[in-house]
Amino acid sequence: MPGASRQAREAEGLAPPSPSRGAGGPDVGEGLPISLYSSHRPRWRGRSGTAASVVSTLLVVALLVLLIASPAASSFRNGFLNIHQMWVAFVGDPAQGILSVGKGFLLNLWLSVVCEAIVLVLALGVATIRLSRGPVLLPFRALAIAYTDFARGVPVILVMLWVGFGVPSLNLAGVSSQSPVVYAGFVLVFSYTAYVAEVYRAGLMSVPTAQVQAARSLGLKSRTTLSRVVLPQAVRNVLPALLNDFASLQKDTAIVSTLGVAEAVHAAQIAGGVEFNYSAFTIASLLFLAVTVPLTRYTDHVMARDRSRRLASTVT
Amino acid sequence: MSAQDGSAARALDTAATPVLHAVGVHKSFGTLEVLRGVDLTVTAHEVVCVIGASGSGKSTLLRCSNLLERIDSGTIELFGHDLGNERIDEDLVRRHTGMVFQSFNLFPHLSVLDNVTLAPRRVLGLARGPAEQRARELLSRIGLADKASEFPERLSGGQQQRVAIVRSLAMSPRLMLLDEVTSALDPELVAEVLDLVRELARQGMTMLIATHEMGFAREVANAVCFLEGGVIVESGSPERIFSDPSEQATRRFLQRIVEAGRL
Repeated sequence: MPGASRQAREAEGLAPPSPSRGAGGPDVGEGLPISLYSSHRPRWRGRSGTAASVVSTLLVVALLVLLIASPAASSFRNGFLNIHQMWVAFVGDPAQGILSVGKGFLLNLWLSVVCEAIVLVLALGVATIRLSRGPVLLPFRALAIAYTDFARGVPVILVMLWVGFGVPSLNLAGVSSQSPVVYAGFVLVFSYTAYVAEVYRAGLMSVPTAQVQAARSLGLKSRTTLSRVVLPQAVRNVLPALLNDFASLQKDTAIVSTLGVAEAVHAAQIAGGVEFNYSAFTIASLLFLAVTVPLTRYTDHVMARDRSRRLASTVT
Repeated sequence: MSAQDGSAARALDTAATPVLHAVGVHKSFGTLEVLRGVDLTVTAHEVVCVIGASGSGKSTLLRCSNLLERIDSGTIELFGHDLGNERIDEDLVRRHTGMVFQSFNLFPHLSVLDNVTLAPRRVLGLARGPAEQRARELLSRIGLADKASEFPERLSGGQQQRVAIVRSLAMSPRLMLLDEVTSALDPELVAEVLDLVRELARQGMTMLIATHEMGFAREVANAVCFLEGGVIVESGSPERIFSDPSEQATRRFLQRIVEAGRL
């Protein structure tokens, strides 16, 4: 009630009575009136907020209408969203030499899962070495730093070309005669181990040292402390980043197409080339989305559940 | 494995020697000299309280006693064994020495029950069944049996600290090191933790306690040591230290405590 006088509020008991100030006493808070009102106009609240959300909705709808109704829209639909072409690309057509995008995508899936499993183990090793202390492991530490800098700094596709075409040309017994899928897997593991190692490192550093001291004080060995106390907390703290990298890895299996492996993107390229239609790329994209989107939603769900389970009654 | 454990346990269990015996302990962090020649003895079933201002070295002394920190010079003997000996296994030292921290340090990703059973299972090799049975016994003794499946963050500070104490007790330690276990608690939660410590003292647990709770120290301690500037300025029975301290520094410290209304 900004209009009510001080005396009125005193009478209602809402304000403390004015203290009687003795001469030379300390300033106990009387003086200039204090304003608690913002000098800015409140933004997007009440009626103007409703108006703003109506306007933004209309803008989005107009944009969609423009996309669908514009003269270019029908050729866009035919070239990118042709259901028949998508189906042909998805199942493949051996008579026309069109590989199945669906079958190819199984290779993407398989490659991403196998690589991720290897990456999760190796990256933990790299992260642990980087966080190690003392002079004994110094050379390893330097090596781990050099490796992560290199692997994160060079584009994956470059490493892919390098290994995929370079290694076979070296004519090394046992190494140069592998299938392109093996080279591709090696490159993905090589690049992603560096990323995931950095994620792990951030996670491990996020666990307070007090946790380590509490575990060690109970007699737990450093190995057990890492696996039972530090790592579970570290992984929890960086789970979104880990799954993010997994989604990236899953997408980057597409780069394997540069080596001519019959995965989804390569198959889509062939189908698109034969039919002069790009719907094959659309179906390939949809397949990738069908994996990454549920993965992301699942991450959110896991995190929310974990949070509520731990904190449910803290805020009351 | 078990035979080895047995001999190690026997090796640490030599009767009639002090549980903890520190002589001339020095410890620095960089240029900061925290302990400057500390002598201290804790005998079996004795409660020794270390008092002193923040930064006087109380925590460091406790942390050196279970090898969370290494001393620079002097000796600390635990159960009659010189901790400076290079053959000392720090995991064995800690297995027999419980430590409780000011900030509880429960494992937030584990339930209360798993917090208590982790070390018995992973260090002593107990199966889940017996470990959980013992943990539940201990939890019900402190009235927290119904919290066994809760996560630590859902407990009050006092409950968390009692679980932390029980987590140490589950290892059946011969010595408990309590590092200002009530300093992070809201005032109304201090009593429940002190009650538990009092109960341990009554049962004969050997304890070295760093504390700011002077009334508690006076009541529960067999001996009180006043630490200032990295040395034990004065030590003796709680009655003498609190009623008739002989050192000027002790008197000054206690005077400040009284003025703060904490004694």
